[in-house]
Amino acid sequence: MKIRKRTFGLALYFGLLLLPIYWMLNMSLRTNADILGVFSLYPTDITFGNYIKIFTDKSWYSGYINSIIYVSMNTAISLSVALPAAYAFSRYRFLGDKHLFFWLLTNRMAPAAVFLLPFFQLYSTFGLIDTHIAVALAHCLFNVPLAVWILEGFMSGIPREIDETAFIDGFGFPSFFIIIFIPLIRAGVGVTAFFCFMFSWVELLFARTLTVTDAKPIAAIMTRTVSATGLDWGLLSAAGILTIVPGALVIWFVRNHLAKGFAMGRV
Amino acid sequence: MDKWEDNKAWFLVLPVFVIVAFSAIIPLMTVVNYSLQDIWGPGQRVFVGAEWFKETLSDHRLHDALWRQFLFSGMVLLIEIPLGIMIALAMPKRGWGVSASLVTLALPLLIPWNVIGTIWIIFTRPDIGLFGAAINGLNITFDHTSSPLDAWITLMFMEVWHWTPLVALLAYSGLRAIPEAYFQAAKIDGASAWATFRYIQLPKMRGVLTIAILLRFMDSFLIYAEPFVLTGGGPGNSTTFLSIYLVKIAVGQFDLGPAAAFSLIYFVIILLFSWLFYQALQNVGKGEKNG
Amino acid sequence: MANIELNEIAHSYLSKPEDEADYALKRIHTVWEDGGAYALLGPSGCGKTTLLNVISGLLTPSQGRVLYNGKDVTALSPEKRNIAQVFQFPVLYDTMTVSDNLAFPLRNRGVPKNDITRRVDEVAEILDLTSFLKKKAAGLTADAKQKVSLGRGLVRSDVAAILFDEPLTVIDPHLKWRLRRSLKQIHEQLKLTLIYVTHDQMEALTFAEKVVVMYDGDIVQIGTPQELFEYPEHRFVGYFIGSPGMNFLECAVDGDMARVDAMGIKADGIKLDSPTAALARQATGKLELGIRPMYLQLSAEPVKHGVEAQIKLVEDQGSCKIVSLSLAGKTVRARLPEGKPVPGGKVWLVFPQQKIRLFDDGRLINKTY
Repeated sequence: MKIRKRTFGLALYFGLLLLPIYWMLNMSLRTNADILGVFSLYPTDITFGNYIKIFTDKSWYSGYINSIIYVSMNTAISLSVALPAAYAFSRYRFLGDKHLFFWLLTNRMAPAAVFLLPFFQLYSTFGLIDTHIAVALAHCLFNVPLAVWILEGFMSGIPREIDETAFIDGFGFPSFFIIIFIPLIRAGVGVTAFFCFMFSWVELLFARTLTVTDAKPIAAIMTRTVSATGLDWGLLSAAGILTIVPGALVIWFVRNHLAKGFAMGRV
Repeated sequence: MDKWEDNKAWFLVLPVFVIVAFSAIIPLMTVVNYSLQDIWGPGQRVFVGAEWFKETLSDHRLHDALWRQFLFSGMVLLIEIPLGIMIALAMPKRGWGVSASLVTLALPLLIPWNVIGTIWIIFTRPDIGLFGAAINGLNITFDHTSSPLDAWITLMFMEVWHWTPLVALLAYSGLRAIPEAYFQAAKIDGASAWATFRYIQLPKMRGVLTIAILLRFMDSFLIYAEPFVLTGGGPGNSTTFLSIYLVKIAVGQFDLGPAAAFSLIYFVIILLFSWLFYQALQNVGKGEKNG
Repeated sequence: MANIELNEIAHSYLSKPEDEADYALKRIHTVWEDGGAYALLGPSGCGKTTLLNVISGLLTPSQGRVLYNGKDVTALSPEKRNIAQVFQFPVLYDTMTVSDNLAFPLRNRGVPKNDITRRVDEVAEILDLTSFLKKKAAGLTADAKQKVSLGRGLVRSDVAAILFDEPLTVIDPHLKWRLRRSLKQIHEQLKLTLIYVTHDQMEALTFAEKVVVMYDGDIVQIGTPQELFEYPEHRFVGYFIGSPGMNFLECAVDGDMARVDAMGIKADGIKLDSPTAALARQATGKLELGIRPMYLQLSAEPVKHGVEAQIKLVEDQGSCKIVSLSLAGKTVRARLPEGKPVPGGKVWLVFPQQKIRLFDDGRLINKTY
C-alpha cells in the first residue's frame, strides 16, 4: 500500500514535469491565429506548418546544425583532455595538485557574465569570432573542470593493482590507457559525455556573444526571430520543441550507461 | 591508499591546464585590468585604483540585487534539496521504470536555458498558458508581468521545475550505492522508515548531497538566461538578480570599469560561500567514510 | 527464545516457477530446537542465505509456513518476529556512537531509558566493547564493527534467535577464532538459539552442536559433527565434509563381497559384514561403497581381506600424509598419520568392515548406530 502511494506520487510528479513541455508541443501544432483565438487543452486542428517553415528556411535550420557542431566538438575536446588529467589526479601526487584541482573548480563558479567582454576581445584577437571552435573552446571553461571531477570519481573506484599489473605485463602508458583503462570506466565516460553535452547544449550567453551568423546557435536564433516576427507563438514553440529533440535522443542512447553509472554511485 | 608521487603527472594535466587557462586566466586578467581603470574609448583610459570597488560596494541597487540573490538561492536550496531527495526515494530500483524515470528526469536539464524561459512564458501567460488560465479561472488574478509576487512565484516554479531533477538524479545515484544489507539490518532492528532515512540513507548520501548543494548554490547564484527571458528583471527591479544587473551595467551602459569591479566582487562571494558550504558539509561527517 | 519450525517451505525468486530448477529452496521441513547452536553448511549457491532470510522474515517463502513456538509467523516482519541477524559485512549506523548503535533496536521498540542503558552496558561488557562505547562506530576495526552488529542483536533480551550470515568473511584470520570463541561463550552464557551460515566446514564443525548440511536447495542431513563424519546420510555430505572427502567406489555385491571391477580390470573383492551385505543386495539404484581416507589401512605385504592397489602419489601435509592410490583404475585416497612409513609401489589396502558405508543412489543404506 505504501509502495502504491509512492508510485502514485512519483507518477504525479512526472506528469507535472511533462506538463509545460506538453503545453509547448500543443502550441507548436497550431497556427498563431488559432492559439490567440481559442483556448484549447489539445490541438484540434493539427498543423505541421511551423515545423515545415523551420526545416525549409536555412536561417532557421542552420542554427540547429551550428549548435550540434559546436556541442559535439566541445564534448570531444572536453573528454580527450579530461581523461588523462583525471587519471593524473586519481593516481598521482604532484606539485600543486590540490591547488590545481580547486582552481579548475573555481572556473565552474565564475559568473559567465563576467567573462563576456574579455572573451569577445580575446577571441577577436585570435580571429575566432563566429566560428564553431570558439564556442566549443569557451564552453570548455566550465565543462572541462566538471569532466575532470566526474571522471576522477569513477577512476578512483578502479583498484590501482590493475595499472600495476598492466605495467608489469609490459604495457606502455598510452596503450594501457586506451586498451585497458578506458573500457573499465565506460559507464563513467558515458555519464561525463552526457553532462558535457548537456551543459554545452543549454548554454546561451557565450554562444550568443561569440557568434554573428555563421555559427549562431539555434537558441540565439530563436530569440532574434521572435522579435522580428512579432511573437509567432506557434513558430516559437515549434523551435523550442526542436531544441529538446537532440538532448532527448542523446539521453535515450546513453540511458543504460547512465543507469549503470548511477548504480555505481559515482556521479 | 597512498598515491604515487610523481611530478611527471603534470604532463597528463597539461592539456587541461592550457585549455582552461586560455579561457580563464587571460580574460580574468583583463577584468582585473578594467576594474582598476576608467575607460572612455579605445586608447583613452586612466588608472583609478580602488575607485570602482568603492563605488560598487556602496551601490544600493547592487545591495538590493545581492539580497534578492541570497533570498532566491536560499529558497532554491530549501525547496529543491528535500524535494529532490523525496523523488529519489520514490524512484523504482529495478526494471524498465529505472530507465524511464531517468530519461524523464533528465529532460528539463537538456533544454537550452532561454527555451526554459520561453516554455514558462507560454505556460503561465493568462491568455494562452495553461497555468495562467487555470489560476485566473479560479478567480485569482495572476500576472507575472505586473505583480512582483507573481513574478517571484513563477520564477520559483520554473527554477524548481528546471533543476530539481538534477538533485533527484544525484540523490538517486547515492541511494543506489547503499548495500542491501543495511536495509535488512534496519528492518530487523525495527527501525521506522524515518529512522532508516535518518541513520542510513541520509548519512550515505552525504557525498552526493554535497555536490548537489554546491552545484545548485553556484548555478542559482549565477542565474541569468531564464529570468531574463521570463521577466527581464522586472516588474520594476523585483527580479533583477546579480547577473542581470551586471549585464545591464556591462553591456547596456558599457560601464566597463564598474562592471569589472562588480564581477570580481561577485566571483569572490561565490568562492567564499561555496568554500563555506564545502567545509561545513565536510565537518558534519567528520570521521565518517563513505562505503 | 524460540523453537523454530519450518513447515514444507519452498521458495523461488521467480514469480512463476515452472520446474524444480526454478526453486532456490526445494522442500524444507525441519525443526530448530530452542537454545541450539546450529551451523548451516553448504557450498555457495545452495540456498543457505535464502533459508536464513526465510527464517528471519526478510523473505516470505513462496510456499509453506514458519512457526515460532508453534505460532505461525510466516506473514510477520523480521521486527515482529524479534529476530537478530548479523551480516557478511558489518552493518553499522555510521553517524552514531557505539552505544547509540547498541541502543538503536531498543529505542525503536520504545524500551524505557533506564533499561536501555543497563542492557547496553551489559552487552558491551559481554562483548568487550565497554571502552569503545563513546566512540563513533565508523572508526572501529572490522572485528569490533562485527561485534557491534552482534551486540545489536544481543541487547534485546527477548530475542528469539540470532542468525549469522557468514559473519567472519571480512575478519582477519587471527581474529576469527577469537570472535568465534566469544560467540561460543555467549551461547553458553545466554542459551540463545543461534543459526550460523557458512561454507567453511571447519567453522561449522567447531562452532555448532548441530550442523545442517544443504545441497542444491535441500537439507541433506542434520547431525552432530561426529554423525556427519561417521554416517553421512548423503553422498554429498561424505564428499563435502572431511579433508580430503570420503572415497566413493561404484560396486556390485556378490555374496559378502563388494566388487569394484571397472573397465575390465579385475580387482580383489572387499569383504563386507553380513548385515551390510544383506542390505546391499536389496539396493535398487547405483550402489557405491564409501570410506573415509583416515580409516584405510595400507600394508606392504598381502594380508587377509587386503585389496591390491598401486601407489601413485604421496603428499606430505605436515600433520599427515595423503596417499593417492589406483584401485581397478579408480583413484582412492588414504590419510596416514605422520611418521608412519609409506611403502612404495604395490600395496594391499584394508577396508575396516565397521567403517564401510554403502550408498544406494547417493543415500546411505547401512546406518547402524
